[in-house]
Amino acid sequence: MDILRIAGELINTTLVFSTALIFTALGGILSERSGVVNIGLEGLMVCGAFASAVAAYYAEAAGLTGAAPWLGLAAGLLFAMLVSVIHAAASITFKANQVVSGVVINFLSAGATVYLVKILFAGSGQTETLNTAFHKMAVPILSQIPLFGTALFYAYPTTYLALALAVVVWYVLFKTPFGLRLRAVGEHPGAADTLGVGVSPLRYAAVLLSGAFAGLGGATITLTTTSNFSHNTISGQGFIALAAMIFGKWHPFGALGAALFFGFAQALRNFVQLFEFARGIPMEFLYMLPYVLTILVLAGAVGRAYPPAALGDPYDPGKR
Amino acid sequence: MAKGSRMSADSALLPLAAVVLGLLVGALIMLAGGYDPLTAYAALIDKVVGDPYSIGETIREITPLILTGLSVAFAFRTGLFNIGGEGQFIMGMTGASIVGIKLSLPFWLHAPLAVIAGALLGGLWGGIAGYLKARRGVNEVITTIMLNWIALYLANYIVGSFLLQPGQQRSYLVRESASLSLAALSEMFGHARLHAGIFLAPLAAVVFYILLWKTRQGYELRAVGHSPSAAEYAGMNVNAGIIRAMFIGGVFAGLAGVVEILGVFQYQVIAAGSPGYGFDGVAVALLGGNHPLGVVLAAMLFGTLTYGSAGMSFGADVPPEIIRIIIGSVIFFVASPAIIRGVLRLGKRRGSGEVA
Repeated sequence: MDILRIAGELINTTLVFSTALIFTALGGILSERSGVVNIGLEGLMVCGAFASAVAAYYAEAAGLTGAAPWLGLAAGLLFAMLVSVIHAAASITFKANQVVSGVVINFLSAGATVYLVKILFAGSGQTETLNTAFHKMAVPILSQIPLFGTALFYAYPTTYLALALAVVVWYVLFKTPFGLRLRAVGEHPGAADTLGVGVSPLRYAAVLLSGAFAGLGGATITLTTTSNFSHNTISGQGFIALAAMIFGKWHPFGALGAALFFGFAQALRNFVQLFEFARGIPMEFLYMLPYVLTILVLAGAVGRAYPPAALGDPYDPGKR
Repeated sequence: MAKGSRMSADSALLPLAAVVLGLLVGALIMLAGGYDPLTAYAALIDKVVGDPYSIGETIREITPLILTGLSVAFAFRTGLFNIGGEGQFIMGMTGASIVGIKLSLPFWLHAPLAVIAGALLGGLWGGIAGYLKARRGVNEVITTIMLNWIALYLANYIVGSFLLQPGQQRSYLVRESASLSLAALSEMFGHARLHAGIFLAPLAAVVFYILLWKTRQGYELRAVGHSPSAAEYAGMNVNAGIIRAMFIGGVFAGLAGVVEILGVFQYQVIAAGSPGYGFDGVAVALLGGNHPLGVVLAAMLFGTLTYGSAGMSFGADVPPEIIRIIIGSVIFFVASPAIIRGVLRLGKRRGSGEVA
């Protein structure tokens, strides 16, 4: 019975750690499927985490305790989307190197959010702790399933949202005209342009959506796990999401699986002391696990992953 | 970006304009935050040139930035994006720490050996990404990012398990014989932590130049960077070139870590996060047009801003994070020359009295 309880908790923790990665990796897919590299996911997550912590704090202060986490989520989404405009403008309109532009987003976000936090919270490097973050909620009936009911169906609302959005993104990308055009622009912008598909507007839409998704990812972390924001709230999750996207071969369900896998690798650290055989493993090696696994997987275990053909190329209609 | 070994007027003008615009953005943000940008920038300059100690410490700050900048620039020149300076830096620190602490040798052997160990370990770390790119087709951006994290935890493990000073969160001090400190020079600059690395870094820039533009190897590496398929057709070994370029880039970043350990701190801490010099190297390389001279100049600017930002926070109460915003804006403008050209054209038009 005990091993089942541990397995259940492990699954539940995996879902918690995966949620932010799912959101952000989906955002990455939207951007990169349109042909725009987005190394800036990390910075966009930082923006989402920052804005959600600030907005939820002020919402609490205004007495909106019930709505505070939801307002935080919306603020995180909007703020990161706003910041992603910089990446869109640089890489689409000004034809900057997209990787460099992403690095800029990471730089600016790291600086600007802590700068603003220090102004808003009287010199302190972190926001006040939120009283009302999201609570886990049980799905009626399903959570009553013996053994794994609580593991799978007693989770934060953001987790259900992330899982639902994976399906939505898949549907939009592969079953709607918008998705078809977005992918066309990422594979062969010249051809898409010839057929009357606006390359720049579609790429703008995709990058802004990636900002919104990464913002949700960042907000999820402050609103479920940390309850405040400081300079190390995100610390690399955006880069892991990026890896999850590639790992998942730029496909929403692939990325979903990869995000769950990374979440599992992270959750494992919390449980390792419970297993007799694993107690001798130094913590540092467990911390390394997700990164080592990524490299091993990319280096051949699942075969080559092919990115969208036009990924990284600014579109210049003058050059065919 | 400068195409050849010489820097054109344009390639000097763009970064300069970018810096000015970046400082302007910083000023606007300070104004919006209710601070006085003039007081802040004055405090920054005062912090940097105020006394010999500060000048010395600014030079100390610049040294690793030159090296990580060279690291990124070298990869760029061969068509690779090395975002792994951070991990190579950490491995450089670790190599220097192991040799500097564990071995007992005469000084003429100990210090050089520690430097070489760190450089090699940094090179190896870059080489892994190069190998995976060349042999497995794995994007070096992702592998170097992953290797940054692996290096962080691996170094923490090594320091924690083999080099730990009991009761501390850091290693034992490196032995005197491995230290790169220069007491006489340090004395001259009010005991600022000056070390032999300040000669090593410019030397590395010279080596960079000779390697890339004066040797056959360098010609091949540049050819690979320019057009891998053409280089392949010309009979060059592209894959070997990729591994070699990432290795050399790793050596530069590793050396940056080496001088921080052997020159500045004399010990390695168990770190909660990355030191940041590797990422700053990306900015330095971009601003410097991936040219060794440009990298040295860009590192001087970044080092000055970074060291001076403490003065801004002390003298004008501005959060020092503003400097990341300024640096980020500078890279943004460098990366988007279209914006700068637009601004410059606007200025010229106004200057010559033309009506738009």
